[in-house]
Amino acid sequence: MAMFIRVDVDKSVIEKTPGLADKLVEVCPVNIFKVGSKPSSVEIVEDNVDECTLCDLCMQASPKGVRVVKLYE
Amino acid sequence: MRFYEFEAKQLLEKHGIPLVQSELVKTADEAKTAASKIGGPVILKAQVIAPGLTTASVQEVADPAGAKAAAATLLGLDDGGRKPNGILVEARPTGEAVYSLSFTYDGTTKLPVIAAANMAGKIDDLGDTHPERIVRRHFSALYPFSDYIAKELAKSLVLGGNDLKRMTRIVSGLARLFLKYDLADLDITSMVKLGEGRFAVLDVEADLEIEARHRQRPMLDDLGFAKDDLRQVREPTKFELEGARIDAEDPRGIISPIAEFDGNIGLVIGAGGGSLTLTDAVRKHGGRPANYAAIGGNPSVDKARRLTKLVLSKPGVDKIAVMSNVVSNTRADLVARGVIKGITELGFEPKDKILIFRVPGAWEADAAKILQKYGVEYCDRTVSISEAARRAVEKVS
Repeated sequence: MAMFIRVDVDKSVIEKTPGLADKLVEVCPVNIFKVGSKPSSVEIVEDNVDECTLCDLCMQASPKGVRVVKLYE
Repeated sequence: MRFYEFEAKQLLEKHGIPLVQSELVKTADEAKTAASKIGGPVILKAQVIAPGLTTASVQEVADPAGAKAAAATLLGLDDGGRKPNGILVEARPTGEAVYSLSFTYDGTTKLPVIAAANMAGKIDDLGDTHPERIVRRHFSALYPFSDYIAKELAKSLVLGGNDLKRMTRIVSGLARLFLKYDLADLDITSMVKLGEGRFAVLDVEADLEIEARHRQRPMLDDLGFAKDDLRQVREPTKFELEGARIDAEDPRGIISPIAEFDGNIGLVIGAGGGSLTLTDAVRKHGGRPANYAAIGGNPSVDKARRLTKLVLSKPGVDKIAVMSNVVSNTRADLVARGVIKGITELGFEPKDKILIFRVPGAWEADAAKILQKYGVEYCDRTVSISEAARRAVEKVS
């Protein structure tokens, strides 16, 4: 379980935008996202969440669909 | 990475450097046969890496029977937990004159340098005892080596005529070999001028710059180096093997080199030579490091976590000091996450296990917040390396 970072995903936003799930998987440098079982969906890889480098690329790809929270603030 | 002498001589031979007659043997019987072939008194050199064996690893004998007996003794030497890698049986010619040469890097001028003396021995030692006998010439690591530098050096050794030409060829050949193979040190501790006028190398020590081992793979393959053979002065411990495994399994950042000591302060340290300074600082303040483990190169949280668990699980280690020089590409917050995670996974409170956390630099504000949440004080660069080490030692004692 991640101790330092939480990644909130609004699945409805992601699933409504074609290609966004793939984009999230592509941009994350530490593989926090993986393609979900449903079409156009993503899942969070819990083991990798604490590796988050806070690069914001996921939030830039989907400002409304992804939020990265620092649990130590 | 230290070469066995027989390997160094193989390199020299390949590049046309004249050597005394020698043969590598693996048994006492083979030593006897080799001594018979060479004839006369011979020197037997156990092929060892561990320091402190210089005297014990060499014996001079008068005949083949003596060679067999000496070889039996030498093959029983303890080379840092290994057996000697054979014995070099060598002729011991007497000559008119003896010389020594040393190729290394001059840290002050940042250039390769050749030092020579008209007597045998390690130039480092001769520098203390006979500084007036040593001559030096710097050369470039960027441009091809020029013979005139070798000639100047040979001239300084008061050589002339054919001796000057022969010595110039040898020095040039060695300088080119030194550069070509990324050697850190090449010491010819004894080179003799034989009766007929030619020179022959008797004793050689050579070290490869460890970071060059990948690009020098073809040469190392030729010499028979195994891929994981780093020529450490002793066999790696379980702790060190596990550290190497953690490092190899995750390409992000490095935790190498890692070494185990018998102290009680676990060290998670690094950054641009900072790990050496920090280890020295801990010792200077009376502390006893349990390990050396340089972490850097932007390690992942997971790598820092696994290293922390490894160090903290070492018998005799109750607390760790997490310290580094100012980091730039390594992130202080990711190291903090890994360290905290490792400690909590072992079932401890971070504040009870961290003697000091001094990792100033990139993302230090986030590191400070993380540590604050877990009750650990964060030290920035206003706390010097020496002061950080002093505080760690004080807390552990």
